[in-house]
Amino acid sequence: MADERTERHFADGQAPPDQIGSRVLRKEDHRLLTGKGRFGSDVDRSRMLHVRVVRSSVAAGTITAIRTEEARAVAGVVDVVTAADLPGDLRIPVRLLVQGVDLSEHLQPVLARDTVRYVGEPVAVVVAEDAYAAEDGAELVDVEVEPDDVFLDARTAPADRIAADFTLGYGDVDAAFDAAAHVVECRFDIGRHTAVPLEPRALVVDYLPGSGDLEIFGATKVPVFNRQVLAGLLEVDPESIRMHAVDAGGGFGVRGEFYPEDFLVPWLARRLRCSLSWVEDRAEHLVAVNHSREQSHQIGVALDDNGFILALRDDIWHDNGAYVRTHGIIVPELTVAMLPGPYRVPAYSGRVHVALTNKTPCGTYRAPGRFEGTTVREQLFDQVAAEIGVDRVELRRRNLLRRDELPHRREINTLGTDMVLDSGDYPGLLERALARARELQWPELVEAARAEGRRVGLGVSMFLEKSGLGPSDTADVEVTGSGRIRVHSGGTSLGQGIETVLAQVVADEFRVDTDLVDVINGDTLLQPYGTGSWASRSTVVAGNAVSGAGKQVVARMLEIASRVLEVSPDDLEVGRGQVQVRGVLDRALSFRDVWRDTQPGSAWLRPEESAGLSARFRFNIEHMTYPYGAHICVVEVDPDTGGVQVLKYLVAYEVGRAVNPTLVEGQLRGGVAQGVGGALLEQFSYDESGQPQATTFMDYLMPTASEVPDVELIVCEDAPADTNALGVRGAGEGGLTGAGAAVASAVSAALDQPSMSALPLTPSRLLQCLRDEAGTHARAANA
Amino acid sequence: MKPASFEYHRAHDVAEVVELLVELGDDAKIIAGGQSLAPMMNFRLARPSALVDVNPVSGLDYIRREGDLLRIGAMTRHRDVEISRDPEVHDGFAVLPRAARWIGHYPIRCRGTVGGSMAHSDPTAEWCLLALLHDASVVVQGPRGQRTVPVAEWFTGFLTTSGEYDEMVVETQFARPRAYGALTEYARRRGDFAISAVGVAFDKVDNRLTDVSVVLGGVAGVPVRATEAEAMLEGSPATPETWVAASRNAAASVNPPSDLNGDGDYRRQLVETLMQRAFVEALAEGARR
Ligand SMILES: Cc1cc2nc3c(=O)[nH]c(=O)nc-3n(C[C@H](O)[C@H](O)[C@H](O)COP(=O)(O)OP(=O)(O)OC[C@H]3O[C@@H](n4cnc5c(N)ncnc54)[C@H](O)[C@@H]3O)c2cc1C
Repeated sequence: MADERTERHFADGQAPPDQIGSRVLRKEDHRLLTGKGRFGSDVDRSRMLHVRVVRSSVAAGTITAIRTEEARAVAGVVDVVTAADLPGDLRIPVRLLVQGVDLSEHLQPVLARDTVRYVGEPVAVVVAEDAYAAEDGAELVDVEVEPDDVFLDARTAPADRIAADFTLGYGDVDAAFDAAAHVVECRFDIGRHTAVPLEPRALVVDYLPGSGDLEIFGATKVPVFNRQVLAGLLEVDPESIRMHAVDAGGGFGVRGEFYPEDFLVPWLARRLRCSLSWVEDRAEHLVAVNHSREQSHQIGVALDDNGFILALRDDIWHDNGAYVRTHGIIVPELTVAMLPGPYRVPAYSGRVHVALTNKTPCGTYRAPGRFEGTTVREQLFDQVAAEIGVDRVELRRRNLLRRDELPHRREINTLGTDMVLDSGDYPGLLERALARARELQWPELVEAARAEGRRVGLGVSMFLEKSGLGPSDTADVEVTGSGRIRVHSGGTSLGQGIETVLAQVVADEFRVDTDLVDVINGDTLLQPYGTGSWASRSTVVAGNAVSGAGKQVVARMLEIASRVLEVSPDDLEVGRGQVQVRGVLDRALSFRDVWRDTQPGSAWLRPEESAGLSARFRFNIEHMTYPYGAHICVVEVDPDTGGVQVLKYLVAYEVGRAVNPTLVEGQLRGGVAQGVGGALLEQFSYDESGQPQATTFMDYLMPTASEVPDVELIVCEDAPADTNALGVRGAGEGGLTGAGAAVASAVSAALDQPSMSALPLTPSRLLQCLRDEAGTHARAANA
Repeated sequence: MKPASFEYHRAHDVAEVVELLVELGDDAKIIAGGQSLAPMMNFRLARPSALVDVNPVSGLDYIRREGDLLRIGAMTRHRDVEISRDPEVHDGFAVLPRAARWIGHYPIRCRGTVGGSMAHSDPTAEWCLLALLHDASVVVQGPRGQRTVPVAEWFTGFLTTSGEYDEMVVETQFARPRAYGALTEYARRRGDFAISAVGVAFDKVDNRLTDVSVVLGGVAGVPVRATEAEAMLEGSPATPETWVAASRNAAASVNPPSDLNGDGDYRRQLVETLMQRAFVEALAEGARR
């Protein structure tokens, strides 16, 4: 069958065009659009039981009693467990340790034992025959808590609530500030919000009674790491656990990290010797999943007479919620490390206080640290422009690192790697973006609207991203018995299209169409060394791993075929779905023929030579690669309601090489939607007793199609990354990184303010701003 | 977000509904469009012991004009009013279909019912505001027969009405047709419940406002009338000065609670803005016909 298809493909005698760079349709879409995707809660097992987590309804306190009798009496309830039933004081370890900070005291227990620290913290678990009975039982678990004082403000956190306090930087900042012609400072706060994927988390654990082994479906992100952690906590062999990353309705950083449920559900499956399903509901999701972003910055910059930066310093209070979770302190670390961005900053000091508060613990959310840092830095620059009387864009032009200044080494270490900004043309990209905005006549649009008295403004932000975090990833590539190509990668499919991208990369190695390639992601049995999908790294790291493995299989095919065809491997090539003699197209073997010649018993196989056509390749990368971009937008503020409408939006982003431009565009558009949400709508607020106020979609406002603007895109391929052979830079986050800054910049322009002071820019906040302004004018008029 | 267990009954006419409600007692509830009740049950904020599904009841989806009354059957969906265009029917009530488009999103408007909205009585619900604006009456049927409750006596507090557990809303009768009407509101996203809303209705004689009603939503537990502002407007010239002054008065007359969307001052400012916009819209729409 496959051969037929192959032949059809190549009937015209042409090799297929390069797959890399083409707008190949997504391989995953047929299955997803015809309802055949397999998500966590689609997995069903016979006599599977259902899990419901009982969560603390108090933000801080001492547990004095947990009564489970009533819950146990509910029809259908099978088991109720609390911390007392656990084998010990189990805490979830940090996945990424940085800056040598010991966080072991602050790790989250899998179930609260003596104290609770946030509303939503797991305190007990109910297992029942169906999800309804489980919820009935959970309601009747009586948790008695003696309330304690609640801490909700990172800035005033006492010393014992500071999990980490560190400074990154270089150069003599104090001297620079002392000598500066201008010093500008401001405070800026970023609101607490996070990734809210359409599909909440889900886990199905299949218990295999004979061996006690577990198969786990749904931990889509870093399955190999999660397996390691789970095996450690359960004290079993990692090989006895098989994780399957399944389809996922969005990840954005929060899905697939190791949460309490990722221990509790498998542990209960072993305890009860049966298969279990846990499906998070939205109300749980909004208090249980990692929150992100909440920071308060006191930032300052020193400049010379000509508006050139001499030094930058920032003092950051990072609200990490109640515990330190798997991400450790990488969000605050990335915030400080990436804060100088694409600019020439001769001296820099960024200090961050990581405070623990009585709120949901935090982790990464798409563009972690960069959304926060970019927003604050760019707002500071807008403030500078106003104070020293320079045009906002001109100020940036002066200070962006020029092409000839790259690569640029910053004396900062982040995520365990040295920071070397690779090739690029930052000012060039800014000019391209501005030129496009002029071509679209956005400046005229703003002018015309303002002439009518409308509050319209244009905002610009520049940002630096990071991607392709190593140290490595591993992939297996195999030619199968029907002549197809199969990839076992460590990437995971979170909706970003990684199956398609990896298929394109491999297809080019074999000179075939992506239809001939099957990509299986995130199965720990098939790929025990995969490092998962996060941090805009998969196309870079998994992509290069797959490319390397593909090259090795092709080489082996040529070698085997050379024995059969009796020509030197150097005279052979792959093309038209076969191995052929260069220039003599009819002297060829199909992939299936070559496969057959590698099977045990084949005369072409040498003694003790392994059978089959497969290779495992580990790709190593030392430094990250740094994509960069600009956002430009036009907004209108309604001065009577404070409402903001985003009228126009543009993203220009350098990706080195777009493996699939359509997918890059999709990534950027999705990022803008989330960025607009974070800038204008989304916020987890708490009342003074630590009760979360946004626990449904009535109060946690996700942007909808009506609030998200059309996005004009410039996907640049002007600066291929020199850190990897494909030349690719990650494209996953740049749609989001500059959005808070651009929207804030546009709103401040619309309101004739130098800069804003906090996100989200809520209507009541903006009306207050307008009222203050009116008050100032009135006072000025009276004076 | 799974509801607590409940019994489910289907009723085929109003008599059967009432019979079931009597039999099942005051823990039972009618379910109509389910667009308010189902989410509340999923959050377990409502836990009725039994549901009486009134969707099979026929003959309650209509929009009828009788003299000065516009009668809307309880099972009429929001969407049906939104797309109804018969000028004979809507003369003097043109604000109704225009306002219906503010209710939630398309799928919600296709399911949610006018009767359900009156029974649910959310203080920013469009039907509740329009009912107050047009001196409506709610017709309910129970074991003691039918009664007609003037809207002023219908809303008794946040999400509560003077309807009894064994009564079904069968109709809402809108009264006092006026040539000019508008309902304006503000929410942070399209389709959300309004943070605040203002409805106005009036006639115009010799460029003076007459028969003026002003209702405010989202400022208290129930929709309220701005009676002082109404008095200021009555007989005044139809000019911006008039409604600017009256909207200040209306805003000052309320003491809205603070919430995630803003403090009381913010809502007061919204009331002022929305009321001015309502007059502008009402006059513009009135002039178009
Ligand atoms: C996302 C979303 C957004 C929404 N936005 C808005 C909005 O902007 N404006 C707005 O007004 N509404 C909004 N709604 C609510 C919607 O309009 C509901 O349809 C309406 O409030 C209730 O009507 P229902 O037919 O769905 O009633 P149900 O949900 O079935 O019932 C609601 C209550 O009324 C009772 N009830 C229903 N029918 C009767 C009857 N005939 N007699 C006696 N009691 C009865 C029920 O017992 C229950 O207590 C929104 C809903 C959602 C889900």
